[in-house]
Amino acid sequence: MIKVAVKILPRPEVLDTQGRAVSEILNKQGHELHQCQVGRYVVLEMEESSKDEALKKAKAMAEKVLHNPLIEVFEAEVL
Amino acid sequence: MKKIGVLRFPGTNCDRDIIQAVNESGGVGEYLWYQDRVDINQYDGFILPGGFSYGDYLRSGALAAQAPVMDDIREAASKGMPIMGICNGFQILCEAGLLPGALMRNTSSRFIDKWVDLEMISPHQFFGGQRISKGEVVHFPIAHADGRYYIDERELNGLHDNEQVWLTYKDNPNGSVANIAGVKNKEGNVGGMMPHPERALFEWMGGSEGLMIFL
Repeated sequence: MIKVAVKILPRPEVLDTQGRAVSEILNKQGHELHQCQVGRYVVLEMEESSKDEALKKAKAMAEKVLHNPLIEVFEAEVL
Repeated sequence: MKKIGVLRFPGTNCDRDIIQAVNESGGVGEYLWYQDRVDINQYDGFILPGGFSYGDYLRSGALAAQAPVMDDIREAASKGMPIMGICNGFQILCEAGLLPGALMRNTSSRFIDKWVDLEMISPHQFFGGQRISKGEVVHFPIAHADGRYYIDERELNGLHDNEQVWLTYKDNPNGSVANIAGVKNKEGNVGGMMPHPERALFEWMGGSEGLMIFL
């Protein structure tokens, strides 16, 4: 089994309402943040012969379903 | 008499309201199930209702956009058939790539449920096209948390140039780019809007102008 993680974050130019709410709370607690982004972390477990093949497939899934390129960016890595 | 297919996904609501709206308008509404394939030639058009398909998991409309029935909706869209998405249906059409842009959490982060004034910018060739003219203002309810329409500046210019902006808010409730409440595809046969015209069919509901969309 090969595990691939896909990390999805909102594009920096897009208003991230979750990140804004979290940073407001953290700032009120005295942490001085410039920015806080909240995204999504997806772990995909696959039965693939090679890590390269698993990574390729994970990227294809991220392109088509897991992320929306208009508002998000993603990174994929083999765990 | 027009026969309109009304799609149902897990988590769809307002589907019965849409069927009634179509029937009140002299058409015939028929439910379609998301896992079934559809003979599109049996229909004159399709409506994707509102709701919270798949519990809004991943992104609103993202998982419903991958349902088997959407392959048939894509084919219907490419053949120029009329298709309308309302609220979650709008989100699904955007996620399916049939409409430009994306719908994100309202700027206020709140669910907003109220009546709004909308300006008709460019009428849809089928849904309301004969009844609501350019520049006219209609009164429909909205009820959404993820209604902030987003599109980048370059694509926004394209929307204006091609007359793809369907409706705009008179008083922007959710932070949508350019006050956009509804858009169409380039060809003009596919449209999506966040407001709920099916909740404005009779005066006792608070207004009856929504009926015009279904005629």
